[in-house]
Amino acid sequence: MINWRSTFAIYRNELSRFRRTVFGSIVSPVLTTSLYFIVFGAAIGGRINEVGGVEYGAFIVPGLLMLTLLSESTSNASFGIYMPRFTGAIYELLSAPVGVAETLLGFVGAAATKSLILAAIILTTALIFVDYSIAHPLFALVYIMLVAASFSLLGFILGVWAEGFEKLQMVPLLILTPLTFLGGTFYSIDMLPSPWDKIALANPIVYLVNGLRWTFYGHSDVSIGVSLGLTLAFLAICVAVIAVIFRTGWRLRS
Amino acid sequence: MKPIPQPILDIRGLTKVYPGGLKALDSVDLEIRKGEIFALLGPNGAGKTTLIGAVCGMVRISSGTINAFGEDLARHWRSARQRIGLVPQELGFDMFDTVERQVGYSRGLFGRAPDASRVEEVLRSLSLWEKRGEEIRKLSGGMKRRVLIAKALAHDPELLFLDEPTAGVDVELRRDMWRQIGALREQGVTVILTTHYIEEAEEMADRVGVIDKGRLLLVDEKDEMMKRLGRTEAHFTLAAQLSELPPALRDYPVTLAEDGRTVCYRGGDGTGKGKAEVAAVATALVQSGIVFTALDQRESSLEDIFVGLVEQQGLAA
Ligand SMILES: Nc1ncnc2c1ncn2[C@@H]1O[C@H](COP(=O)(O)OP(=O)(O)OP(=O)(O)O)[C@@H](O)[C@H]1O
Ligand SMILES: [Mg+2]
Repeated sequence: MINWRSTFAIYRNELSRFRRTVFGSIVSPVLTTSLYFIVFGAAIGGRINEVGGVEYGAFIVPGLLMLTLLSESTSNASFGIYMPRFTGAIYELLSAPVGVAETLLGFVGAAATKSLILAAIILTTALIFVDYSIAHPLFALVYIMLVAASFSLLGFILGVWAEGFEKLQMVPLLILTPLTFLGGTFYSIDMLPSPWDKIALANPIVYLVNGLRWTFYGHSDVSIGVSLGLTLAFLAICVAVIAVIFRTGWRLRS
Repeated sequence: MKPIPQPILDIRGLTKVYPGGLKALDSVDLEIRKGEIFALLGPNGAGKTTLIGAVCGMVRISSGTINAFGEDLARHWRSARQRIGLVPQELGFDMFDTVERQVGYSRGLFGRAPDASRVEEVLRSLSLWEKRGEEIRKLSGGMKRRVLIAKALAHDPELLFLDEPTAGVDVELRRDMWRQIGALREQGVTVILTTHYIEEAEEMADRVGVIDKGRLLLVDEKDEMMKRLGRTEAHFTLAAQLSELPPALRDYPVTLAEDGRTVCYRGGDGTGKGKAEVAAVATALVQSGIVFTALDQRESSLEDIFVGLVEQQGLAA
């Protein structure tokens, strides 16, 4: 039986930790996104034609949202589990009546919640700069939640794996951000010359960005079914990895 | 037929080999009775923390079984852990959080419904109530240790582990801690604590276990243990050389050194008998007209005792 009180305690504790750093964790993504809108949306976007019938400023909204979602979900969840390992507070989690379910729902749920709040703030900020509407709002919400949860799971794995702060930041900085930039955030992949348009399809982030773009504008470079399927598969893999981590106690129990 | 009271914790054949091959626990058997205070006495690296970790979930055991509250811990860990509390040896918590919130968090983490008045009670009993709104990092070291204890007590555990509760705390806090543990006993909490100090085991425990190099050498009632463990050693430096001991000293375990300048006492049983006998020896020397210029007295150290115990076991085997 899952221990709901423990789950809720972890969830609340994580959210209160976020609240302590609310300034940095909200202001910085909002500022970064605003800069992108000013530079790409307003300054450069004015000279770019519509992409697939969508004005360029609006076209980059889902990609920018994805950029923040991926990096924030990953780093929040990884810090959440890395910090107790670093300070020694992990003893309490290990000795508590919590297993994989409670820990995941607590830590990953909190990280995903924070990502959702951020997503809402970013979408609101975007309205200041560009005019856009969302074709399938409910679908968009579900998709955002799915991505936030998947990458919070990835972050959790990173936080268990990392043995120092550099490693903790390596994956978001060196892998996720570049792949997102190359993943069609600022362009549609059929704008790429051959063979780059084919090569781009090997980048998994392409499917995420396009999945979200489909929920916004009803069409994208790849089919929504493929995007959704890949996201779900990724989520399942992360859950499986974490279940193994808990079963074996890897990096958590000595 | 009177039912045999079931042990609250029953450890059998517990062995832990760390990756790298170090055997930190070597088939340990231990039964803890409900309501007792049990002191685990051992030097650095003996395996005390590892033993606690094996029960509390920080350490994966290599072999052996642990029963807690009459159930196999490996299978019923969720329900068992709700009833176990742990004060670790090292400080470890979110330093930027406040005292009251951290203690409330611990209560929730162990599956108990929020209860502000219970949290208040715990904080008051540890003299932390005035500090409840402080960030933990701003507290003194001793206060931080109390926060750890408060966190461990917040969910009202029936079985409490204290890993070196008095390491690095001043005399006053140590007394205070002993009082706290006494109060827990009154409430029926079973306490297992580790210590390096014989006096501490003597002061607090009902039973004592001696552990060294991963092996539990001896478990016994405190009084029995003290009789076995305690040893007083005293050296009297004489003003003039002596050729033989005066008859008045014949009934005491004393020897005269080769050079005839030191009288050496070795005896007692940890119940204060040794100290009394040293005083009696001093009186006897004075009465026999023997002048001594220095008296050096000490209680045997834990190390002496371990050497003694290991030798004894070697002989018995
Ligand atoms: N995570 C670990 N990996 C490898 N060896 C370990 C680990 N933890 C402890 N040990 C080793 O196991 C042995 C027992 O350690 P343990 O911490 O249980 O001793 P202890 O009795 O608590 O000592 P102390 O009184 O110093 O706290 C030591 O030799 C220690 O070096
Ligand atoms: Mg220890």
